[in-house]
Amino acid sequence: MTLLESDLATSVIERALRKGGDFADLYVEDRSGFSLSLDDGRVERPQLGRERGAGVRVVSGEATYFGHVDGLAGDDILRVADSVAGAVSAGEGRARALAAAADDDSPHAVERPPEAVEAALKADLVRGCDERARAASSEVAQVTASYAETRRQVQVFNSDGRVATDDRTRVRLGVQVVARRNGTVETGAETRGGHAGFELVAREPEEVAARAARKALTMLDAVDAPSARMPVVVGNGFGGVLLHEAVGHGLEADAVQKRASVYAGRIGDRLAEPFVTAYDDGRRAGEWGSDGIDDEGTPTQRTGIVEEGRLVSYLYDLVRARKAGAESTGNGRRQSFRHLPLPRMTNTYFAPGDSTAEELIAGVDRGLYAVSFGGGQVEPATGDFVFGVSEGYLIENGRVTAPVRGATLVGNGIEALGAIDGVADDLEIATGFCGKGGQQVPAGVGQPHVRIRALTVGGTAG
Amino acid sequence: MSGPSSPASDELEPVGRRAVEAALGAGADEAEAWVERSHGTDVRVYDGEVESLAEAGGRGLGLRVFVGHRPGYAYGTDLSDAGAAALARSAVEAAAVADVDEHAGLPDEVGAADVDGLHSAELASWSSERKVELALAIERAARSREGVSQVEDTVYADRDERSAIVSSSGLSASFAATSAWAYASAFAGEGADLMTGIGLGIARAPGALDPDAIGGEAAARALALAGARQPAGRRCPVVLDAFVAASFLGFIGAMLSADAVQRGRSLFAGREGDEIAAPSVRLADDGTDPDGPGSAPFDGEGSARRRTSLIEDGRLATYLFDARTARKAERSTTASAIRTSYRSPPSVGAANLVLEPGDDDLEALVRHAGDGLFVTDVAGLHSGVNPVSGTFSVGATGRLIEGGELAAPVREVTIASDLVGMLRSVEAVGSEARWVPFGGSVRAAPVLLGEMAVAGS
Repeated sequence: MTLLESDLATSVIERALRKGGDFADLYVEDRSGFSLSLDDGRVERPQLGRERGAGVRVVSGEATYFGHVDGLAGDDILRVADSVAGAVSAGEGRARALAAAADDDSPHAVERPPEAVEAALKADLVRGCDERARAASSEVAQVTASYAETRRQVQVFNSDGRVATDDRTRVRLGVQVVARRNGTVETGAETRGGHAGFELVAREPEEVAARAARKALTMLDAVDAPSARMPVVVGNGFGGVLLHEAVGHGLEADAVQKRASVYAGRIGDRLAEPFVTAYDDGRRAGEWGSDGIDDEGTPTQRTGIVEEGRLVSYLYDLVRARKAGAESTGNGRRQSFRHLPLPRMTNTYFAPGDSTAEELIAGVDRGLYAVSFGGGQVEPATGDFVFGVSEGYLIENGRVTAPVRGATLVGNGIEALGAIDGVADDLEIATGFCGKGGQQVPAGVGQPHVRIRALTVGGTAG
Repeated sequence: MSGPSSPASDELEPVGRRAVEAALGAGADEAEAWVERSHGTDVRVYDGEVESLAEAGGRGLGLRVFVGHRPGYAYGTDLSDAGAAALARSAVEAAAVADVDEHAGLPDEVGAADVDGLHSAELASWSSERKVELALAIERAARSREGVSQVEDTVYADRDERSAIVSSSGLSASFAATSAWAYASAFAGEGADLMTGIGLGIARAPGALDPDAIGGEAAARALALAGARQPAGRRCPVVLDAFVAASFLGFIGAMLSADAVQRGRSLFAGREGDEIAAPSVRLADDGTDPDGPGSAPFDGEGSARRRTSLIEDGRLATYLFDARTARKAERSTTASAIRTSYRSPPSVGAANLVLEPGDDDLEALVRHAGDGLFVTDVAGLHSGVNPVSGTFSVGATGRLIEGGELAAPVREVTIASDLVGMLRSVEAVGSEARWVPFGGSVRAAPVLLGEMAVAGS
């Protein structure tokens, strides 16, 4: 795959370093996407987009200079390089000759390129989800379903001689169901997505709808959540958003280096019980947050962040790795050619333990089973978090009992990590979108069932 | 770095016209092109140095077509004739898989309001060096306050944008707008006791941004929370500061969209004319306020912007309509079709939500509260609110209020209520109104609420 010839790339990097600088790179991207949704039984908002462009970056000392252009015309990209160079005044900068392009060795197989699949089949997919969800019960009042595919072909050239390419295809199917009984209204949502082709969503898509419907219907029987400090068993899959938000962001090296993370200076410290291990893994085959390379051309990898309870690594891009005297962990990600890379998570998850979910629940007298979250927010500097529980249940005498509505988990990442007293064996990874510094990237969040000894549950019951 | 020259008025509309013609040629019954071009600067400074300096902006075209009342959309960055033709084919192809929507189509009513002052020539006179100086001055202002342990982020950004709309019903119009904004985030305390505060400013040009005010606000907000602890739970009056009030108002504004109402996703469905708030609540969508970040002569489908009262003395006056939802409800558009960019078709929402300020300043609101909670930040609003019932439970930080004065800082508090209950419990709206870019574009003021459930330890 070639978007830009390496002769031109060489000229761009040389000109970008004309006024000096320690490092320069050129990021070239051709992105296209198609999406549609179904609401109220009607297929709507079909849309197709295609954008191409390039971004040029020069790093000089602690400063980064950046410019980008729409389109891949050589003259335009050279002009951006000149403009970026114009902002730098650092003396001598030098580029090494570009290496030959590395072979693509992306471990993420795409069997059916979605752009080759007829749009009508994608419309059928969301219609099928609508039918399946409505068939679940007469109490299903509304169904929305959405399908989206994207393809990003990227090429990265840098002044260290690196040339790398990646061809990324992602698909995602989402279903949201509203169930109504008398005056009570509840919603349930489910998604399936990955770095994969149409085959991922074509396989039993109705299952996504059925799960969303089941969540909404279950919640119709919910009682108001209690307000108390209690043990919490967090569900597998999307439950991992807790790890992502309350721990992962604090391990991103930009936050660490600005002392804006409670995890700064804590490498090697025991933060959790010895049976707790967590990874960031951008290489995990076919997952939502996986790529072949990151957006700086570094191959993605599996990075241990917590191993046997000890904090072992932060997540680096090239700039922060250079500053720390470390190697990039392949976490330099950007939303598009219009954005600068930042250290970002890929797929972040707790490794499976040897308990079962049933055992974790059986060990709780009175607690909360938080199956999935409506989202959450965290202050990375302290790790303080708040999560809304979209599907939750009471645990009474070791058994899951009534569903609860309106529960919020309030706590602190480092404290919650230390309070994990059980990890199950049922790892799953779910699809998230992670926002940071105005950029949104797909991020996989996951875990097996995890039990936390005590967390503050803010409920709506008195 | 120097950007390209200011986008000229005469180059976007011809691009739009060619795209519309191509769409009609490809089989569309109606077509509408939205074309944008922008440039600007993003500056980030840290510890007295430039962290990043980026030349921002770009160009793009979004094409909306209707084929037998089936809507389709395509967008891209290739503004050449060939690019427009490819988009036209894509949009028409996309429409083929949509279901018929009898209300879909171009607006019946188009026009342009006179909105002065959207574009400031001053912006073009600022060099990158001056913008960096401004950002550094903000950071210094924040760092200089005693007790500030860190200034994590200081950002300055600006844009000079031109947007054009051209449609097959003969509409062809464009406008230019500039914006400049800056924020800083400061910390007070260390380790697990660290608390953060942000300061921000928004204007049409950088000269109107006051670095001392922005940096000082970030510092003051962080320092006010230093040493925060989780308090015991209670039921008490609550004062929301303008930032927090804006977040809630943004949520309420989204619920007032006729699209949310018609799809059965709003707690305000069927409530037009009802008392949904205390009499002191007056909320409008004003797309013509020259200072409003969301102001423009026309909305995202070419209807003239205006001021629409949404809540009048506590009574729900109207929902927000675009052409499609208005047709469905047999009403008129309120020019509430919003475009976030050329990458997506218009949706229904407020241009600028404006809460009419009251007479009491913040100090007076706190005095009226007596013993209560002053909230300066909420977390989890979007996950914490049930859009249909309006019930919510959100995390909050702020200060206790004791004897009519601000007292100990608190964190890890949750407040639970429902949106209508909250609107009805408004006892007073404060006098210090300001523009806040949370939850869209909102002109908010502090708000005193009656008793709410506050959960703590």
